[in-house]
Amino acid sequence: MKPLSIYIHIPFCSQKCLYCDFLSAPAEEAVIKKYMEALLAELDRESPYYRDYQVRTVFIGGGTPSCVEEEAVGRVLSRLKKRFAFDQSAETEITIEINPGTVSKEKLRNYRNAGINRLSIGLQSADKAELKVLGRIHSWDDFLQTYEEARRTGFRNINIDLMSALPGQTRASYAATLSKVMALKPEHISAYSLIVEEGTPFYDRYGPGTEGEALLPSEEEEREMYQLTETLLRQEGYERYEISNYSKAGFACRHNMVYWQRGDYAGFGLGAASMAADTRWSNVKDLGCYLSGMEGRLEPIKEAVQVLSLTEKMEEFMFLGLRLMQGVSREQFRKAFHQDIDAVYGDVLTRLEQQKLIINKNSIALTPYGIDISNYVMRQFLI
Amino acid sequence: MPGTDQKNIRNFCIVAHIDHGKSTLADRIIEKTGLLTSREMQAQVLDNMDLERERGITIKAQTVRIIYQSQAGEEYVFNLIDTPGHVDFNYEVSRSLAACDGAILVVDAAQGIEAQTLANVYLALDHDLDVFPVINKIDLPSADPDRVKEEIEDVIGLEAHDAPLISAKNGIGIEAVMEAVVAKIPPPKGDRSNPLQALIFDSLYDSYKGVIIFCRIMEGCVKKGTIIKMMATGARSEVVEVGYFGPGQFIPCEELSAGMVGYITASIKNVKDTAVGDTVTDDENPCTEPLPGYKKVQSMVYCGVYPADGAKYPDLRDALEKLKLNDASLHYEPETSVALGFGFRCGFLGLLHLEIVQERLEREYNLDLVTTAPSVVYLVHKNNGEVLDLTNPTNLPDPTLIDYMEEPIVSAEIMVTSEFIGPIMELCQERRGRYLGMEYIEGTRAVLRYELPLNEIIYDFFDALKSRSKGYASFDYDLKGYEQSEMVKLDILINREEVDALSFIVHRDSAYERGRRMCEKLKDEIPRHLFEIPIQAAVGGKIIARETVKAMRKDVLAKCYGGDITRKKKLLEKQKEGKKRMRQVGNVEIPQKAFMSVLKLDNE
Repeated sequence: MKPLSIYIHIPFCSQKCLYCDFLSAPAEEAVIKKYMEALLAELDRESPYYRDYQVRTVFIGGGTPSCVEEEAVGRVLSRLKKRFAFDQSAETEITIEINPGTVSKEKLRNYRNAGINRLSIGLQSADKAELKVLGRIHSWDDFLQTYEEARRTGFRNINIDLMSALPGQTRASYAATLSKVMALKPEHISAYSLIVEEGTPFYDRYGPGTEGEALLPSEEEEREMYQLTETLLRQEGYERYEISNYSKAGFACRHNMVYWQRGDYAGFGLGAASMAADTRWSNVKDLGCYLSGMEGRLEPIKEAVQVLSLTEKMEEFMFLGLRLMQGVSREQFRKAFHQDIDAVYGDVLTRLEQQKLIINKNSIALTPYGIDISNYVMRQFLI
Repeated sequence: MPGTDQKNIRNFCIVAHIDHGKSTLADRIIEKTGLLTSREMQAQVLDNMDLERERGITIKAQTVRIIYQSQAGEEYVFNLIDTPGHVDFNYEVSRSLAACDGAILVVDAAQGIEAQTLANVYLALDHDLDVFPVINKIDLPSADPDRVKEEIEDVIGLEAHDAPLISAKNGIGIEAVMEAVVAKIPPPKGDRSNPLQALIFDSLYDSYKGVIIFCRIMEGCVKKGTIIKMMATGARSEVVEVGYFGPGQFIPCEELSAGMVGYITASIKNVKDTAVGDTVTDDENPCTEPLPGYKKVQSMVYCGVYPADGAKYPDLRDALEKLKLNDASLHYEPETSVALGFGFRCGFLGLLHLEIVQERLEREYNLDLVTTAPSVVYLVHKNNGEVLDLTNPTNLPDPTLIDYMEEPIVSAEIMVTSEFIGPIMELCQERRGRYLGMEYIEGTRAVLRYELPLNEIIYDFFDALKSRSKGYASFDYDLKGYEQSEMVKLDILINREEVDALSFIVHRDSAYERGRRMCEKLKDEIPRHLFEIPIQAAVGGKIIARETVKAMRKDVLAKCYGGDITRKKKLLEKQKEGKKRMRQVGNVEIPQKAFMSVLKLDNE
């Protein structure tokens, strides 16, 4: 049986954050209800294709999955368990993303009862002004309450999402956020650098050529914040295992590892991405299409189907694998593609090594400098 | 056309300042004669090319023959020759005017006389044309026809009291214009029985008929079978067809005789055999002398034209060949650049001509181009007495071999309202202008006369003029000649390597300023690399300005979207694609855009 990871997308939130370009929006109860039904239908319809697979991780993301009634989430999980084979040799990692202030004690308990064993909490910042700038609807206290409640409910694997390079953020305010969060000793911390994406209110406020642009930290400050994350977290026993992800030993997110290591995963729900049998595809991104597709079973809900060529597989192997600090191994490359990595990327590897961007040994991994400009490094592996 | 009495022919053109309504009036006249219904008429029939319509200017001379029934009941043949409306095409304008016997002067009822109005009227008067004015746009709220009439009488000295008051746009007063054409423009002279003498005022390449010569028959006649000879180029050919110009089409006829305007086809393969201004005569019975005024058209502005994708070089060559069939004033020869690879050095009549050719190459031939900074033609006098026409800065000999250099100078007339005289004089000063004088046209407007180096006006002079006068200044110029001048070659070094395609010739006094601005601009255009990149401007090996592109310090795509790898990959691919459009110079990648952006070094 082949290992499989499952992603469930919940495209709803109580209020769209100003920087957010994810597929998510507030919606009416009735729409949410219909959507959760559609998810069940999708699981029914798709599961036969995964008969040779065993589920190892599940990730319920969004949006804000916690703004949906937990019973509906529970139904999705039990339908999953009914339709898919689960790997019994180890505990399945089942994560749900939650936002502070959207979960009650009871909701958390119901999550646990439904089998969820990992929480990912979107805090982003501990600074009041920064939260406001981001358009977040919670406070640090809301977060603290949620976090402590989660611990009390028995969650032993918690991730906290943080953001750096926010408008008006300083090294000091960022360091303060990190300290406050570390004091709580979560098992996992994701620390992303803000990207001002086109089509978001942030782009109009802080995008290129706007007055607000000056409020964004300079590139140098941004880099310092990134390095600060590494330094401070390491002192507290967190290991950086991926460009933006840190964990206590043994708590790396197994679900995310699958993405970087090109494991198979099935995405369900609006716009969810999948990869299996060397093919990538996505579900449609239009809610109406998705819903009618699930109801009437007439319209295909898959799009952007791409059967990966050998070249594309190799490119992905490199630029995804390099996100992990352990890098990619020469051995794995040979195993996957039946040829030596130097036959394909010899020149690139030599050059990047000379530029001190990678370590080029049995494993190939980014140097700290390589991490700083990882996009540049990864680009070199596109053929 | 047999049957049309020579005394009932009127050959005329319309002259005006840009935007005063020349083409609109032409349209109305054509429409009035009923040849085309309004519905059939695309706006502005005479401007054929899409480009002409978009830019609101006439690039090539266009001609149409119209039948007009006068109020007195007589039938007239009008040949309306629409002339190009830009200083770049002055020579073509002058040849078109030479084909006419009279001109309608269109003046905007609100704006009055402008620089081009004057230039064009004087040009028309130089050709002994009978000119009568019409006042256009009389329905504008700001129209002041009485003031404009007075201006025309005072400034140009044309009788204007009975000038038709019209609105070409709304079809008001067109009939009066037609009657004035009959009354005020003389019928053509010339004798059908004399030897053939015809003026070429334009030509066009047609893939079926070969070159179509647009001409005015001054003396004699021409018909199918006549062996014609171009007197300047010496080309000979047998006439296949003659005819006249219907709106948007060629209408064959038996013969063209003295006084008529029409076309000749004679299986001629290339427009360079039918130069504008040349005289067509009968090879067996030639006229004694060619018509006066022929001159070989000289390119005034040169620039390097390169395909963005090096592999498209043959396509660019083919496209230039095809354009050249129709545009005798376009010159090109192959050249190579270290930075840009294989391309062509092209010569143009002026900056507008350059822009038009470039746009046509891109649009009609679907080419992506990189052009280098336009340069005028300098005369380089070497120590050994040799004189070099320098069209490419890269070819400038070593300074030790140069005795002195000369640059082209134009005499310019700038018309401006008095409040902007100061700023405009300042601008001319900055551009090394030599003040010749100023005349007030009326209380509030003046004509400034300057001599300016051509190289100071080919970049952005026109834009600067408009912005400093809030759009009120108008401008016209004529090439005056060459003058000795202190010119130097400004080189740009990127990461200490000279980039040939960015070199240009500049006056010693402006070198520092230009160099500094070039460096600043390039700093914004060149993406950051892993290492620091110095951008330097140098004159004769001496660095006069420097900027630095800092090394790339951070470029991380932090997040990933629920396993949506495609999105990340697209971003990387986009960046990689951008890299393809870069030119490698040494170990620096320069975007194609950078080569073009330095053409626009705005002052403010």
